[in-house]
Amino acid sequence: MSSKDSYYIPSKATWPAVGTVGLVILLAGFANHLNGSSIGNPMMIMGFVIFIIMLAGWFSLQAFESESGMYNHQVGISYRLGMMWFIFSEIMFFAVFFGSLWYTRNLSVPWLGGEGTGAATKELLWPAFEATWPTNGPAHVGGEFEPMGAWGLPFLNTLILLSSGVTCTWAHHGLLANNRDQLIKGLIATVTLGVLFVMFQASEYHEAYTEMGLTLGSGIYGSTFFMLTGFHGLHVCIGAIFLMVVLFRSWKGHFKPENHFAFEAAAWYWHFVDVVWLGLFVFVYIM
Amino acid sequence: MSAVVAEHDEHEHHDHGPMKGWLRWIITTNHKDIGTLYLVFSLAMFFVGGAMAMVIRAELFEPGMQFVEPQFFNSMTTMHALVMVFGAVMPAFVGLANWMIPLMIGAPDMALPRMNNMSFWLLVAGVLLLASTLFMEGGAPAGGWTLYPPLVLQTGKALPFAIFSVHLLGVSSIMGAINIIATIFNMRAPAMTLMKMPLFVWTWLITAFLLIAIMPVFAGAVTMLLTDRFFNTSFFDAAGGGDPVLYQHIFWFFGHPEVYVMILPTFGVASTIIPVFARKPLFGYSSMVYATASIAFLSFIVWAHHMFTVGMPIAGELYFMYATMLIAIPTGVKVFNWTATMWKGAMTFETPMLFSISFVVLFTLGGFTGLMMSIAPVDFQYHDTYFIVAHFHYTLVPASIFILMAAGYYWLPKWTGNMYNEKIGQLHFWLSVISVNILFFPQHFLGLAGMPRRIPDYAIQFADWNMISSIGGFIFGLSQLLFLYIVIDTIRGGTGEKVTDEVWEEASKHGLEWTLPSPPPYHTFTTPPVIVPSEHH
Ligand code: HEM
Ligand SMILES: [Cu+2]
Repeated sequence: MSSKDSYYIPSKATWPAVGTVGLVILLAGFANHLNGSSIGNPMMIMGFVIFIIMLAGWFSLQAFESESGMYNHQVGISYRLGMMWFIFSEIMFFAVFFGSLWYTRNLSVPWLGGEGTGAATKELLWPAFEATWPTNGPAHVGGEFEPMGAWGLPFLNTLILLSSGVTCTWAHHGLLANNRDQLIKGLIATVTLGVLFVMFQASEYHEAYTEMGLTLGSGIYGSTFFMLTGFHGLHVCIGAIFLMVVLFRSWKGHFKPENHFAFEAAAWYWHFVDVVWLGLFVFVYIM
Repeated sequence: MSAVVAEHDEHEHHDHGPMKGWLRWIITTNHKDIGTLYLVFSLAMFFVGGAMAMVIRAELFEPGMQFVEPQFFNSMTTMHALVMVFGAVMPAFVGLANWMIPLMIGAPDMALPRMNNMSFWLLVAGVLLLASTLFMEGGAPAGGWTLYPPLVLQTGKALPFAIFSVHLLGVSSIMGAINIIATIFNMRAPAMTLMKMPLFVWTWLITAFLLIAIMPVFAGAVTMLLTDRFFNTSFFDAAGGGDPVLYQHIFWFFGHPEVYVMILPTFGVASTIIPVFARKPLFGYSSMVYATASIAFLSFIVWAHHMFTVGMPIAGELYFMYATMLIAIPTGVKVFNWTATMWKGAMTFETPMLFSISFVVLFTLGGFTGLMMSIAPVDFQYHDTYFIVAHFHYTLVPASIFILMAAGYYWLPKWTGNMYNEKIGQLHFWLSVISVNILFFPQHFLGLAGMPRRIPDYAIQFADWNMISSIGGFIFGLSQLLFLYIVIDTIRGGTGEKVTDEVWEEASKHGLEWTLPSPPPYHTFTTPPVIVPSEHH
């Protein structure tokens, strides 16, 4: 059989076991931490370090194998399918929190306020509660707060993420045209915009906590606001790190116009994060 | 491509057999090894979960408190369900997928072998984390496998461990599912078109899609439980504007498709086995494919039939009632197809076929009770009674579990090269099929008479049927040891008779796996096989 056409199947995998051990220690540590046990933190740190070592080791191995030409076209398709379906699973994860926002805002909060079948609920439980949005519920959980406006930092952040999508695509064009300079410049711009986004979001959170009284504990509004934007922010960080790795590899001369799965995966992920943000901007900030 | 040399080295490497020593099992990327790991692990968990069921049935043998504390009893119902769902049934089907899909579609291995390894070890990690909660202050989770708030938030130290275990199990399932999809889309032998694939492959393709869509949803739900308990959020707390019923909606958006994750591959295996022993091609192949896809689609829009009593608006009750009833249509198509496959077939009744036939009959019974419960006003009576317990055990034990047994008997000779003991196999079957009905049929009566589920003690009028049910339970539990014996015995040589490649008469007409030696070599189909027109059409 011509080795060029064969599907590359590694004979062994050591990193998955390492990663599993790291993850279990990390999560068991976190659980212990939440239970107030003092071994929680050291376990978390240890697990996290192992996990990061696994990521570095596994990705280096993949990069090495890719650059050595061990992956044929078919392997590339498997990787792309893997990434696509992974992103689909992430979409479903975000859908849960968008769905919760929709449900509480349009159904359960109005019911609490006496709408539809909720008349008796209101009468018996919290007669004084008026259903409005944003709300921290009939018990005013978390105290007075000011909701987050859309047209300051969040709008700026929208522009930032949208431009980063453009620079990312520009980098891709550079890669396809074998223009390494454009590839690297495009990636630097994308990563910079990503980092800028995270910094602005951090300052937005800071303001929410210190000046607006808006916290994760501010009833259902605070819960949905911080869960949605927080998980999104986390994904921006992951995407930015992913892009940095791709940038670093581009510097080292990796990727060819016809073989650059890691770049594509990072770009897809970045666009996904971008689209989620647009959803957030509309449903969390504007509406 | 430039660096073919490195690749070639790797390749030479492959043609050696498996590694020596125990390390092989930890770092393996071979689909047969990983399939075996999954199957062995799930069999072990079947007995762990089974032991918990024995505790439940022992306590319910008579009214009054006998053996365990109520709290521990509730932990047992919760853990039994979680272990069986996530530790036994799902991994068993992933094990079958690993072993059989590459053989059935003529692929050299799964598409993403390293990730395959990780998904298995994350499963083990998740189950260990879950099992560890049994030994914690405050006991294991005891609020039911559905983990409803606010009750579940009263769990002791176990809560965050249980939640993270769900996360790990979710990641493991998603990885497994992605791998299966990539394998089926990308690794089929050249002439293996989609509509030529064996139904087991089709049902797994659709199941994998369900898994990727729902596991993140469950992960999101339990994440909100975590933040409600530890980070002051109010998702499920009406005082803060949230709603505990929101959790139920999210859970069942996951939960209903989840039960189909356990039944669709079951359908696939049944559609594989029945034609072989009826010596006829499967009746209505393409209608089977479409029925599976419709069931999967419908499973996303019926979830609130688990919530008829929470006080939904009347429009919701009606919608979910009618949508649920629709499922009976594609399910009926399948039952008719299996029956038509057997019609005028030259049937023989080896153990796999016996289990498959009883699956068709008893699954239909479980489906019928489902249809009864789909009628919202009637379900007000059934909900949270033993009737529900009877319903889903009929759809899971004599359906999913029986088909897993059938799959074991059907493919063990292929996997090991040895024949199992047919006499003991049939004994196992008859004991199982009789005792499973003694165990679960009376639970219909108990439920109709109003006995609530998840309760360690009960009123005196429920005593007789509970005792009968428990006796059935003990016989069923003990009978399963026969299966364990047969599996071990077959691995160690079985009847001593060497099986042929085909194993079952003319099986090679029904699937590529029967054209390979028994047992198949460590690496198969390193060059794609030529697919001859099969009997499917
Ligand atoms: C054939 C069509 C089916 C219909 C119409 C149906 C309908 C229902 C309904 C309405 C309930 C809720 C009853 C209640 O809590 O009041 C229910 C519960 C359940 N069903 Fe089914 N079902 C079907 C098939 C299945 C299958 C194939 C499985 C699993 C393989 C399954 C597993 C379950 C489980 C596990 C529960 C109980 C969940 C719990 O509350 O813990 N069902 N079913
Ligand atoms: Cu359901």
